[in-house]
Amino acid sequence: MMSKPENIQIDTSPPVSDEVRKTTCYMCACRCGINVHMKDGKVAYIEGNRDHPVNKGVLCGKGSSGIMQHYAPSRLRAPLKRVGPRGSGEFEEISWDEALEMAVGWMGPLRNEDPSKLAFFTGRDQSQSFTSWFAQSYGTPNYAAHGGFCSVNMAAAGIYTMGGAFWEFGQPDWDRTKLFMLFGVAEDHDSNPIKIGLGKLKERGARVIGVNPIRSGYNAIADEWVGITPGTDGLFILALVHELFRAGQVDLNYLSRYTNAGFIVNEEPNTAETGLFLRGNTGKPQVICRATGKLADYDTPGVMPDLAATYRHAGQSHRPVFQLMAERYLSDEYAPEAVADRTGISADKIRSIAAELARVAFEEEIVLDQPWTDWKGEKHDKMIGRPVSFHAMRGISAHSNGFQTCRALHVLQILLGSVEVPGGFRFKPPYPKPVEAHPVPHVGVTPGQPLNGPHLGFVRGPEHLALKEDGSAARIDKAFTWENPMSSHGLMHMVISNAHAGDPYKIDTLFLYMANMAWNSSMNSSEVMRMLTDKDENGDYVIPHIIYSDAYSSEMVAYADLILPDTTYLERHDCISLLDRPICEADGAADAIRWPVVEPDRDVRGFQTVLIQLGVKMGLPGFVNEDGSAKYEDYADYIVNHERRPGVGPLAGWRGEDGNGKGRGEPNPAQLDKYIENGGFWVNHVPENASFYKPWNKHYQEWAVKRGIFDVESPYVFSLYVEPMRKFQLAAEGFGDRQPPDNLRDRIGHTMDPLPIWYEPFEEGNVDTDEYPIHALTQRPMHMYHSWGTQNAWLRQITGKNYLYLPTKIWEEHGFEDGDFATVSSVHGQITVPVAHHAGLNGSTIWTWNAIGKRKGAWALDEDAPEATDGFLLNHLISELQPPKGDGLRWSNSDPITGQAAWFDLRVKIERCETKPAESQPAYPPIKSPVGKGPKTVARKI
Amino acid sequence: MHPAPSVIIFTTFSGLGFGLLAWLGFGIPDVGGTTLFAFFFIAYALAVGGLLSSTLHLANKKNALYAFSQWRTSWLSREGVAAVVTLLLFGLIALARIFLGAEMTFSGAVGSILALITIFTTSMIYTQLKTISRWNQPLTPVLFMLHAIGGGALLAGEAKIAGVLLAALAVVMWLHWQQGDARAANRGTLGDATGLGHLGEVRMFESGHTGGNYVLDEMVYRVGRKHAQKLRMIALGLGAVLPAAILLLTPAGHVTAFIALALHVVGTLVGRWLFFAEAEHVVGLYYGK
Amino acid sequence: MTALPEKTDKKLGLVIDLDTCVGCHGCVTACKGWNTQNYGAPLSDQDAYGADPSGTFLNRVFSYEAEKTGCASQTVHMPRSCLHCEDAPCVTVCPTGASYKREEDGIVLVNEDRCIGCGLCAWSCPYGARELDREAGVMKKCTLCVDRIYNENLPEEDRVPACVRTCPSGARHFGDLGDPDSDVSKLVADRGGFDLMPDLGTKPVNKYLPPRPKDQLDTAPLNIVADEPKGFLGWLDKALDKL
Repeated sequence: MMSKPENIQIDTSPPVSDEVRKTTCYMCACRCGINVHMKDGKVAYIEGNRDHPVNKGVLCGKGSSGIMQHYAPSRLRAPLKRVGPRGSGEFEEISWDEALEMAVGWMGPLRNEDPSKLAFFTGRDQSQSFTSWFAQSYGTPNYAAHGGFCSVNMAAAGIYTMGGAFWEFGQPDWDRTKLFMLFGVAEDHDSNPIKIGLGKLKERGARVIGVNPIRSGYNAIADEWVGITPGTDGLFILALVHELFRAGQVDLNYLSRYTNAGFIVNEEPNTAETGLFLRGNTGKPQVICRATGKLADYDTPGVMPDLAATYRHAGQSHRPVFQLMAERYLSDEYAPEAVADRTGISADKIRSIAAELARVAFEEEIVLDQPWTDWKGEKHDKMIGRPVSFHAMRGISAHSNGFQTCRALHVLQILLGSVEVPGGFRFKPPYPKPVEAHPVPHVGVTPGQPLNGPHLGFVRGPEHLALKEDGSAARIDKAFTWENPMSSHGLMHMVISNAHAGDPYKIDTLFLYMANMAWNSSMNSSEVMRMLTDKDENGDYVIPHIIYSDAYSSEMVAYADLILPDTTYLERHDCISLLDRPICEADGAADAIRWPVVEPDRDVRGFQTVLIQLGVKMGLPGFVNEDGSAKYEDYADYIVNHERRPGVGPLAGWRGEDGNGKGRGEPNPAQLDKYIENGGFWVNHVPENASFYKPWNKHYQEWAVKRGIFDVESPYVFSLYVEPMRKFQLAAEGFGDRQPPDNLRDRIGHTMDPLPIWYEPFEEGNVDTDEYPIHALTQRPMHMYHSWGTQNAWLRQITGKNYLYLPTKIWEEHGFEDGDFATVSSVHGQITVPVAHHAGLNGSTIWTWNAIGKRKGAWALDEDAPEATDGFLLNHLISELQPPKGDGLRWSNSDPITGQAAWFDLRVKIERCETKPAESQPAYPPIKSPVGKGPKTVARKI
Repeated sequence: MHPAPSVIIFTTFSGLGFGLLAWLGFGIPDVGGTTLFAFFFIAYALAVGGLLSSTLHLANKKNALYAFSQWRTSWLSREGVAAVVTLLLFGLIALARIFLGAEMTFSGAVGSILALITIFTTSMIYTQLKTISRWNQPLTPVLFMLHAIGGGALLAGEAKIAGVLLAALAVVMWLHWQQGDARAANRGTLGDATGLGHLGEVRMFESGHTGGNYVLDEMVYRVGRKHAQKLRMIALGLGAVLPAAILLLTPAGHVTAFIALALHVVGTLVGRWLFFAEAEHVVGLYYGK
Repeated sequence: MTALPEKTDKKLGLVIDLDTCVGCHGCVTACKGWNTQNYGAPLSDQDAYGADPSGTFLNRVFSYEAEKTGCASQTVHMPRSCLHCEDAPCVTVCPTGASYKREEDGIVLVNEDRCIGCGLCAWSCPYGARELDREAGVMKKCTLCVDRIYNENLPEEDRVPACVRTCPSGARHFGDLGDPDSDVSKLVADRGGFDLMPDLGTKPVNKYLPPRPKDQLDTAPLNIVADEPKGFLGWLDKALDKL
């Protein structure tokens, strides 16, 4: 027997892989660069790509477990035709030929009768510039992606206010900011960049303030936690604004030069011009020159507007925007004391935060010795920075007062002079981009013809609403109507409900991509399941045809008639395009691709390629040549050869015959190879003198035109005051040709305020808050994304069931103990679910991890998987409609400006369950898995 | 700790087997021939059976031979070596005594000491673990030794000796629980374990995994307090008090001895189950347990 | 071999910043991915898509709350893996010599060709850092990516443990804690790095950096200009003159 084992030799330099293939992650919407290590032609290991602009080598919990998504047993294998009733999960596999014929058999005739009978909505789509182009060519007005139930409030408020918002639009200057204020749940978007950024702040010891009812995730590392009451962020922000105004701690130079603070507003009551800007002969808004006291176009070189002036013109009184703001925000209604109870934040704390914002912005000013020239030609020898920055996404957006709250936050940043300056918030190309550079919505339908323009856009006034002659909604989701005039991302959450109700009209075919509407992507999932399976008096489904494309056996699959199976993200071509939702950084324009690092081992096709094939079969303009032959063989061909404008295509890198074109140039057949060679992405850096002040920076504007971001320089000033909103108010007051229905006049008049306001979320007025005293929220765990995490054998071990987290107050009041269940009710529904205690929680708020709960039979899980027995959704408590008001109208549970789903307005009551149920309620019968079950044991070493 | 049957059977029966060997080595009982053969057979059956059972606990048996290599540092290795050496030596002693009628006094004594050492090494496998404060106390080896030699004496037919030893065992079992409870109570808090105690009272908000893992299965198993109290009484009563009472208070006889033995074995198995099931591993703190 | 080396040439280990860790589990799955494909047997999963999924992970992230009366509760994310203790009890208890601590760098490893899967090393570890792989029957633990940190097939900058390379917030640092001049040692000194359960005498090499004090903001309120005799507009006029 050896008593002394020989010295152990281990190989510390084993070969890592045969080959590394660099592509783009799709474990969430963040789009990081990944190195896919291949062994024996198989995917073996995935890590972050160090050179990539988004993640710089790091990778989150999702990205690092992408391999298990790639090998997931829930992957669909072939096109499926429904053979059982909807919702049963009974399918038979069919060929692609049959599948495409079936789809064209439904969609083709519709196009010639009435294209609006097709509703095409894409969920977590990263190819919207392509899918929208398909829909436009088809001719239906009914297209949008999922922004309407995600964060359109943030995006639209940002565009209308300053030409961009957070995440894809811009980022804090992580390298210089000294105070970072984070509002609401932010872990679900821009995942790695924010984590990298927070890491940088922590390394420098910069202060982080987290404003969130829940102290988890990023808020756990915040130096200061503000456990705000849900839905009151706007009130809190305006209280900060109140304090800043009272103390004169606003950046007057910045406001004068770069915003519409000096624009003169007509204050004469009750005219068609009331509240509009005074415009000169050129149509440009007027300011009063501080030096001369005379009117001038706002962009006249050398003119500094006088924010303190008043002006009478043609007998009507006018004041600059800034004075209107001062008057409003100095009001006692925004005093810290007045908002403390409501927000759950003490007056002292509000004052202290306001003071800290002002202190850092103005006393810790950053000066970069970087000369630059503004758009008026004025030269500046320095770049002055206000090192205060902010970030917010869904947390403050998903309320019925979300748009105004997001506006308030953007305005706060601007008042501090911290947007597009060193240390503040920085835009990422193609942003900044003013409203004027965006399209307006188009709904011009002609049978057999393309739509008359892009579906989505930014309305400038009532004239751009998507209304039919009779005033009814032109779109199935009622986007761009008086109910929600600025619904720039559409209202995907209303599509099924409206189609089922035949309001505004009935549709024939519902075509969905990557949107789990029969489960976690809908408000009130049970009701949506009912609508999808509901039949009319003839025994036909109310929504006659449903086509769905997904890569996995999600809950929605069971509710479709035809399944077009997509590939996994490692098996497909994609482009993360500057025309779409790009991956740029503040210092550069960037785009990226996905490419098949492995070929699918199943009979599946990338969805975009399938759309091209459908387009060809239907002979859609843009998809076929004059002789009817296919213009693009597949999506890869489209990516390389499509030109949206001459010389500008989906990918900006390596354009032109010689491959040297940056942003502009002819299609280059070798373009994809160049991307692959470069690690799957392209970056072109902004010149140093164009790094900041981008909306007003001559160097940036010139660079942006060269890169094809704009065709002409598009400088603009920020809109503290959003004049288009005022135009809707004017309509509500009775001015103009297009008039809202009377029942909406008050609401429009109140909510479409051109300066940020705060109002109570609608739920507060709709339910008895004494009976339903508790706010209920959801957030997504950082290591999971929507439903996808569940099919991932690694991630589901981390979070395979969810609890309803209760604050200490509620926990103790009801005598809860570990292992207990609670019944939670809203006016819409009831759930019975397991609970746990969370002390770091606003005392009137409960929450859970989103989309852990699963339908039995979905995702190739066993029917007794914890996700299906203990796991639950809060969605059952939320409705896409507000409770009936007795007026016979369907009031959507959305922001009245953008239509964003008001997920986070939810009010509930809670009771402890005396007897523990066998499983969380409601429980649904299993659906038959179209892909069978996953293996028992996984131990995959390649 | 997870009360794995293999380990419960191992410690119980190999303890008894080596306990009996320890007596046999000293020539107790003073028998020979087939009777002695029978005693040795029982001792070997228990010791070897127990040891074999312990290998069921091994997840990777093919490397088992290496387990004898680390006797200089590892109590488990020492136990293996001691067991094998003891069994080998007793093999010779048994052969010599049964078939040659040899006395083997000295080597018998050596064998007995080795048997006691084996029992001690077994006990040290558990006693050494600082992570399980309930086990990490001087009484643990005493507990194991008394179990082994008490049970061994019972098997050896030494009723009165066994009675006395089992009475002592009763006391030690009780003391071991008292000590164990005290130690477990001082195991520390989650604040100590995380080093975050200075921030206030620490509680687990979310485990690192809702799914299972080896650590939870193996080390975060805990029997309920009420249940444990009941089982303690059963273990104490059946394993020590009742057999001791029977042995000391009733006239010696095969029937009473057998009853006492049966009670003792059942009591010991219950006690061993509890020995594991009650043991709080410090890692449980990280799980808020 | 199960004897611990009297001293190691280096003390390679991790420094984990609890003030920076956001709890994203990136380190958890990066570790799982790398170590499934590399050192020893793959890290297996049981009932992977079933009712009771479990599996082998070498690193896990827990979330704790700490609350002092009168203060808001704090949340702390705490990753936990092998601490590569100087006085590693998991090494000395091993009967086969499978568990050992390397003299050259102090990394504690399991030689799977020796391991019998008895589990005693896991019992002796206070930190729950060892998990027996149910499929391979051998003990798995953090190797500090010994097959990365010296791996000449990797670019030099990648020769760090997978968890460190992937950590998005930069909360994980790798280096020689035996060298007082190393970055990690300095970090520990600057930030008051601490050991887990020092009383158990394991002398962990890995250190944790404590969360910085929270909820301390106390900036004095701003001076109010709007209450001056001429009010806000008076202030504005003066302020504009200064521009």
